[in-house]
Amino acid sequence: MSRTALLACGGGLIAAALYPLLFGGSNYAVNLGFLVLFAAFLGQSWNIAGGFAGQMSFGHAVFFGTGAYASTILHVSHGWNPWLAWPVAIAAGAAVGAGIGTLSFRAGLRGSYFALVTLAFAEAFRILANSVPFTRGGLGMLIKSDPHPANLQFRDPIWFYYLALVLCVLSLALAWWLTRSRFGARLAAIRENEDAARALGINTFREKVRVLALSGALCAAGGTLYAQKYLYIDPSIAFGVDKSIEMLLVSMIGGAGTIFGPLIGAGVLHFVSEVTRELGGALPAIKNAQPLALIVYGVILVIIVGYLPDGSMGLFRRRRALPQGQGHA
Amino acid sequence: MLEVHDLTKRFGGLTAVDGASLEVPQGAIVALIGPNGAGKTTLFATIAGFHKPDGGRVLFRGEDITGLPPDRICARGMVRTFQNTQPFAKLSVLENIMVGAWLRTDDRHACQQRATEIARRVGLSDRLDDMASELTVAGCKRLELARALATEPRLLLLDEVMAGLNPTEIAGIVDVVRAIRAGGVTILLIEHVMQAVMSLAEDVFVLNDGRIIAHGPPAAIASDRGVMEAYLGRGAAERLLGDTAHA
Amino acid sequence: MSPDIIFAGVVNGLMAGGIYVLVATGLTLIYGVLHIINFAHGSLLMLAMYAVFFLFRPPLGLDPYLALPLVTAGAFLMGYVLYRGVIGRLSHGRDENILLITLGLSIVADNVALFLFTGDTQTIGVAYAGNYISLGPALVPLPKLISFGASMLICALLGLFMSQTDMGKAIRAVAKERQGARLVGIDVENIFAVSYGIGIACLGAAACLLMPFFYVSPSSGHVFVLIAFTTVVLGGMGSFGGALAGGLIIGVVESLAGLQFGEQLGQLGIPLVFILILLLRPTGLFGRQ
Repeated sequence: MSRTALLACGGGLIAAALYPLLFGGSNYAVNLGFLVLFAAFLGQSWNIAGGFAGQMSFGHAVFFGTGAYASTILHVSHGWNPWLAWPVAIAAGAAVGAGIGTLSFRAGLRGSYFALVTLAFAEAFRILANSVPFTRGGLGMLIKSDPHPANLQFRDPIWFYYLALVLCVLSLALAWWLTRSRFGARLAAIRENEDAARALGINTFREKVRVLALSGALCAAGGTLYAQKYLYIDPSIAFGVDKSIEMLLVSMIGGAGTIFGPLIGAGVLHFVSEVTRELGGALPAIKNAQPLALIVYGVILVIIVGYLPDGSMGLFRRRRALPQGQGHA
Repeated sequence: MLEVHDLTKRFGGLTAVDGASLEVPQGAIVALIGPNGAGKTTLFATIAGFHKPDGGRVLFRGEDITGLPPDRICARGMVRTFQNTQPFAKLSVLENIMVGAWLRTDDRHACQQRATEIARRVGLSDRLDDMASELTVAGCKRLELARALATEPRLLLLDEVMAGLNPTEIAGIVDVVRAIRAGGVTILLIEHVMQAVMSLAEDVFVLNDGRIIAHGPPAAIASDRGVMEAYLGRGAAERLLGDTAHA
Repeated sequence: MSPDIIFAGVVNGLMAGGIYVLVATGLTLIYGVLHIINFAHGSLLMLAMYAVFFLFRPPLGLDPYLALPLVTAGAFLMGYVLYRGVIGRLSHGRDENILLITLGLSIVADNVALFLFTGDTQTIGVAYAGNYISLGPALVPLPKLISFGASMLICALLGLFMSQTDMGKAIRAVAKERQGARLVGIDVENIFAVSYGIGIACLGAAACLLMPFFYVSPSSGHVFVLIAFTTVVLGGMGSFGGALAGGLIIGVVESLAGLQFGEQLGQLGIPLVFILILLLRPTGLFGRQ
């Protein structure tokens, strides 16, 4: 990494660490910061499979929900400490990822078909969570409020902010590693051309299963964090289409397959949300402002896929790439 | 190095490769020629593990590799290139070659060094940072070659690396192929450019309708009646051979 | 379960399946001709259902069956314009990109509906909603029977259109061999737009047939999109006969699964069928491997 890049990252990290203090720890600012970092983290989990490896999923909520339910069931129904349940939830996410990956990739599903089958898996999990007794069905699961760091519950939301920051930084480090490592190079090769990747000695099936397991593990970690912060989950929150779509949007809008894409995407998403919310507050005629934000995201998605296949990060990259190309001409 | 015995590949009712046998000795450059649609690429793909054969055996360095998947075959030291080049379009030339080089090392520095060295050997040194999608046809052919070489093969299967190139570019690739062989890599190539076959190959197999119809040194193949018939049809072959007999 | 209950379940499933056939026919037509996986299919159906809802309400008070020609024509127009304006321009390259574009459109459609109409579910109270017809031991609501019959009729008419008219023949030519069609002078882009329009027109008709016995909300699209895709992959992507058989099978599967496993768990049938078909027989039940 170049010196400037290192400095920028260090500066960004310090700014993120100081951010809650800058706003005097106001709950609004802290919560907004949490939402951005949390969305960026989930987006990165999608990006690792969908962006870096090109295995685009429409059903990532299946991993999010698995993580949320696994830790919550262990905690609420079996009395586990959430800190102990967390790694189990992560392992469950990895297992579901490996399972779905094995089935789908063994059957040779690619591209749109893979995207659609993940959507169906998430829907199947949602219906199951709605129907089986140990998830308490559509009632959802309530976690007893008992704020104490030992319970992975905090009275001051600032701790959730820092927890999300740690996860987000870890996920960025993982993405950075993917741009430099053998595993990452293999994923990029698979994304670009699977036949050529196979010819060059890459076991594409194994690598794809691995990346989906890794992605699933990360996403499940987010699921547990969500459950512990909001102390309630139900089948639609955990496995709903909206969650899957949000992860995809965050990553696509910021730039799929780039390190900082999900972070930028999450920033854009919540910026738009806040603006439309303000607008909704200012104009009484607008009763519900939330759909406005989603309309904007939908339009951005169409524009990005239509005109900027590398995401908004592509704008910068393209500009930067030009002089290099000329240098060789 | 490579022995193929009675290899057969069928797609539905169509028999693309029909009991083909061939042999590639260590250190040789062997050519596989034949008219369009003869099944050359299918034979290649079946040898390299992209299709499961319906019959026959493939022995590589004395071991039976029939039906192994392509990545395992590549790991054992046999790698193919694609007739329609398949670059990783959005990766740089260096990154493309590194994908091959990662097969033999997990150290980034060593991988990069090896890829740079191979780029130099195939003449891509000045394009390392370009996107693969920016390369010309000739550049793509070189990249295809470089990526395959980076996996450190013992046997290289080259599928029409000269098709679509102009004579200068062909001469350049011929030199590169010679240098690869001099480096100890055995080569089996499919080629339409006969001038290149004649100057490169020691041994030629001719495939027609999925069957090997002739085998021998290039000069003998060039005047073989059966080969001419396969390429030109019976009448034309008669006339051509008749003409040379009178001259 | 007694045979009577099973019979009633099958009949009710077939009735629901009729609508699925119509919805899936639109989807399969779009796939067969344009090779586009139209993820916006469910959302566009939802918009059409809202159109029927508002036409029924005062001041117009238009009966959904009388609204059918109007809504179908409107849906065709909307599809045509959507293709000319957005999909046709942007949907080049990898098929995932097209899927993402249509996903973006569905997000926009769902949220426009949510913004304008709120999240409440809406129904229309037609006078004949409570009428039942008995078919043997099965009691079938009249609107369901009508929807089934009309769906089959519309599909038959579409089949006639495709086989008898010049436009239909041109569409089939483009579906088979678009380069060849271009060479013989067919305006392929126009055929694409018309095909997309017809695909969406099927949704307009389906909306009119659905509304007398179904509800609409901004998330109605989610309900139908998976059903439509399941129907289409079950019958084989791009196949009309497949959509017909697939829709009826899905209707029956859904109905019987509901009877056997209850309202909640019974819903599992559709995603399960979808997953199993994709994993085991991606060419569909009737397609060739």
